[in-house]
Amino acid sequence: MNEQEIPHDHAGVEIDSEAGYYAARSRAIESLLVDKGIITALEVDREVNILDSKSPADGAKIVARAWLDNTFRSKLLTDASQALAEIGYDLPDRTPYLKVVENTEEVHYVVVCTLCSCYPRMLLGRPPDWYKSLSYRSRVVVDPRSVIGEFGLNLSPDIEVRVLDSTADMRYMVIPRRPEGTDNMTEELLASLVTRDSMIGVSAAVSPAS
Amino acid sequence: MNQFKKGDTVKVKIGSPPGHFRTPLYIQGKVGVIDSICGTFKNPESLAYDGDGLPVQPLYTVLFRQADVWENYQGNLGDKILIDIYQHWLNSADRG
Amino acid sequence: MNRVHDRGGIPDDTPIDMNEHEIMDWERRVDAVHAVLGDKGLRGTDQMRRAIESLSEDQYKAMSYYERWTAALEILVIEKGIITKSEIDDRMREDPVE
Repeated sequence: MNEQEIPHDHAGVEIDSEAGYYAARSRAIESLLVDKGIITALEVDREVNILDSKSPADGAKIVARAWLDNTFRSKLLTDASQALAEIGYDLPDRTPYLKVVENTEEVHYVVVCTLCSCYPRMLLGRPPDWYKSLSYRSRVVVDPRSVIGEFGLNLSPDIEVRVLDSTADMRYMVIPRRPEGTDNMTEELLASLVTRDSMIGVSAAVSPAS
Repeated sequence: MNQFKKGDTVKVKIGSPPGHFRTPLYIQGKVGVIDSICGTFKNPESLAYDGDGLPVQPLYTVLFRQADVWENYQGNLGDKILIDIYQHWLNSADRG
Repeated sequence: MNRVHDRGGIPDDTPIDMNEHEIMDWERRVDAVHAVLGDKGLRGTDQMRRAIESLSEDQYKAMSYYERWTAALEILVIEKGIITKSEIDDRMREDPVE
């Protein structure tokens, strides 16, 4: 295939700024799509709001609930969409599908998309920059323990690390281990311990001692 | 009809078709075990070119030992990697 | 097609850069435009991936995530005959890069 005529010479222009070449290019394409009646600006605004509204907070609530409710937790692990529908989360009934895994004393999961950036956006919102980076995608499959170590989690050699490479129509979310010293915590407090990174599997949920 | 079931040993085909495909190079030729059946999905190799995605393909989560995937794997020998692979990229394999 | 996007196991000693940039408005919008086109059946995830994968190795590595999305959007709308490259070039002249 011929190299596309996509200029990549950014000489003098700051990458990632609103004034940048690609920023302007994307605005040009959007305005043309609107002018031609293919899309409306309102539709785009609405979609921006939908994407912005999704954050790790929902994932955290789900994890907290799973920690407290074994029936829900089991359901979540076997049929995530159904389990979530039962508590009022309306995931679209089309690909990609969500699958939930859990970290235990024996097994630690960590998620990646080596080919691009597949991520459970429908639940956690946009993925962090590092998740999409070439280095994360290269390194976590071949040396997950080092990568997880860089995030501050040193896993015991006895634990089995399982990397999940989401190459197809499934998206994965991890239930991190429930920290020690959280026995009498409310669901809300428990949720506050659950970080986005712990639901990807690169770190643990926050310990109340810290 | 699913060709494989949980627990079956499979080998990932080796290939570099000219178009879009979702089987990473690092797992090609490796032997693993069917961990679960994800369902049946349209073929991304066709969808990528605005095709109809047919025939649909069963999709499997396949479990591999990291030590089987990487030479000199630095980690627990029990470590695993799981990858979602479409049926047409898998052959039955006999560990013997 | 080159496999620059197929990163698993590519030798890389770089520490993970955990800095996160605040998503810019134009990035939010290009993400949203993709989604809106998708809802209308005018763009598919697999098509977009294929478009991104068609970038050269140099382009892929030099461009940021949403720059690649913008490039893919351009490739697809032109391919589908919705917009021409010269229309995009002309429209850009009206919103010049500072």
